[in-house]
Amino acid sequence: MISFGLTEEQEVVREAMRDFAAQQLRPIARECDEASKISDAFLDQAWELGLTSTQLPESVGGGGEARSPITNALVLEELAHGDATLAIAAVVPSLFANSIVDQGSEAQKQELLPLFCGPKYHAASLAVIEPSPLFDAGQLRTQAESKGDRFVLSGVKSFVPMGGRASHFLVIASRDGAPDAFVVPRDAEGLTITAGEKNLGLRALETSTLELARVEVPASARLGGAAGCNVRRLLDGSRAALASVMVGLSRAVLEYCVPYAKEREAFDEAIARKQAIAFCLAEMHMEVEASRWLAWKAASELERGLDATRSAHLARSYAAEKSLWIADNGIQVLGGHGFIREHPVEMWFRNARTLGVLEGTVAL
Amino acid sequence: MIDFRLGPNDEKLLQATREEALVARKYARYYDENEHEFPPDELPEATDLQPALARMNIGRTAEDSSIPVLGMLISMGQTWGDYSVRLRRQKGGLGNAALQASGTPEQKQRWGGETLAMAITEPGCGSDPSKVQCSAVLDEKTNEWVINGEKIFVTTGCRATGVVVWATVDKRAGRAGIKSFLIPKGTPGFVVAHKEKKLGIRADDTAAYVFQDCRIPRDHLLGGDEKVAKQGSGGFRGVMKTFNMTRPAVAAIGLGIAEAALDFTRGELEKAGVLVEYGGGLAGTSAPAAKFLQLEALFEASKLTVMRAAWLAGEGKPNNMESSVSKAHAGSAVRAITQGCIEILGPMGISRDHLLEKWLRDCRITDIYEGTGQIQRLIMARELLGYGRDELK
Repeated sequence: MISFGLTEEQEVVREAMRDFAAQQLRPIARECDEASKISDAFLDQAWELGLTSTQLPESVGGGGEARSPITNALVLEELAHGDATLAIAAVVPSLFANSIVDQGSEAQKQELLPLFCGPKYHAASLAVIEPSPLFDAGQLRTQAESKGDRFVLSGVKSFVPMGGRASHFLVIASRDGAPDAFVVPRDAEGLTITAGEKNLGLRALETSTLELARVEVPASARLGGAAGCNVRRLLDGSRAALASVMVGLSRAVLEYCVPYAKEREAFDEAIARKQAIAFCLAEMHMEVEASRWLAWKAASELERGLDATRSAHLARSYAAEKSLWIADNGIQVLGGHGFIREHPVEMWFRNARTLGVLEGTVAL
Repeated sequence: MIDFRLGPNDEKLLQATREEALVARKYARYYDENEHEFPPDELPEATDLQPALARMNIGRTAEDSSIPVLGMLISMGQTWGDYSVRLRRQKGGLGNAALQASGTPEQKQRWGGETLAMAITEPGCGSDPSKVQCSAVLDEKTNEWVINGEKIFVTTGCRATGVVVWATVDKRAGRAGIKSFLIPKGTPGFVVAHKEKKLGIRADDTAAYVFQDCRIPRDHLLGGDEKVAKQGSGGFRGVMKTFNMTRPAVAAIGLGIAEAALDFTRGELEKAGVLVEYGGGLAGTSAPAAKFLQLEALFEASKLTVMRAAWLAGEGKPNNMESSVSKAHAGSAVRAITQGCIEILGPMGISRDHLLEKWLRDCRITDIYEGTGQIQRLIMARELLGYGRDELK
């Protein structure tokens, strides 16, 4: 049955996240961007929402609630409406923890999941992206070779969110030509973490570069047991989530432009009364909606354990294209003010451009 | 609960619709090239196939989609076969929808069995129907309305047995002066001037009418209310209400054609050894596959806006904004999709040996009738900005 209906609980969660984003994310977004840093105070405050721990099993100290990609899509849109960077920072630990829940061994669950059930923000991150042109998550340069009952990892990973703080990384590396995933602790021998990458957007995400110089991990560090990790499923989830982040960002741009255009006058009337501006806003709205339904469709397939590769791909690529278009035109609606850092639109534009090239690698 | 899966009966019905549509598709080229002929009410194959539509309400379960949603999917399935040709022609036209929305019980009783076209557009006014020049003057002596004027682009205009005509009873009153009148074919002074010749949907019945001192009884005024309100008009709004489901329906109709174009293009790409795979990176995806994926995403996005508008209708919730979103989105999407598919297939795409070039022509109307893309943007922008029609023109 085709339905766009939210459950009562989902409505409540969405409202709560909308308020939190407006009160806690939006006001500090600019200062975080300028400082390329997020305060511990914010991360701990966001942690109290329980985004990570409530969906972890009770046996490891979590809330035991069923994981819901649909609810997560709603949460991410609302948080990203406040600020995409802070939204991603808040859920980076979830992506790591959820990967363990989804495909980790019992031993990995017992060892790692309790880390996320404490009262303070605990970072662990995914390392997927590589600093090479034409990066493709399906064709990785980072290699994992078998060596007895161990794996040896070699390569360079970049854009690892919250990397400087992470206790563990889930490193995606190519094993015999196919991607696989390995848990690597931050103190692993041969691992060099360089925090503080300088990027166009998502600046406050504190991304790091990881150099893996023949890092040895035990066979038990691999996800997915003997069969190895289903990286595709992991990326499907991240792409769907990324689409929701882009929807939130796009909606932020639109909702910023609407009052501006009604207030700003040119040739004796509000610019919103001119079709050139009004139609642009109408198209923004139309594409926010279209992108959201694609994100929901992917999330609902994930929720039901269906193969979501197609819908996640379409959602991510469509939202990437449209969020960039919307942010770009947001600048245009504001004119010169869109170019000035006093307004958030230029930041959203930089964030949109950055989100679009992540190709699901900020695997949320 | 958010869900995008079809129920078991949805699936069956859509499959049956597609079967019928494929039969209709066999006749598509013939009626495109023979514009003067109309497809028959039933194709020869009709006797062998159960009508899918008749089964719409049979065997539905809680897992199946609401009727408005299903209606959109069926429309898509039908035009996936062909825009104009159907295994069995449905009775009724746009005018029947207006009758249902605004007619008195007596009028519904009397006119319900007719096929009613809807005549709004005139040579001098399209998007702004408040400027209709076609006039209706009451002759108190004979208790008749006297209609004078011209109407064009009348869908189902030739086959219809009657028409709902927009005419003004007071030109100075603007929108408030516009009323709808029921006029049966055969009324003296009512002439079907010609069948329009078009870029696409050529097998479709599109007519031009002339009314010259055409007299109809007083009770043929739709809704029966003769009062001319000074401000606003229930009559005008009543008729505009009709469009809340027809906008997504028009979007769905266009998207069915676009889907046919995508399916054909994907098949031809596969034959040529180009596989369309999801989730690959830029380097590993060929240019035609990348272009195709972009069009497929556009299609999927557009389809979901239609589902959204229809779902709201099924829930009994307002869907004015969403109807325009779906219409505007699909209007530009189907243009880009069919143009893009031709781009991908090159010379094959323009050959009349295949239907792709026809689908390009057929779907072009989507962004025009039932409110152009620009009109939909006006509606969306007004709602978004909280502007009335005087604040944003």
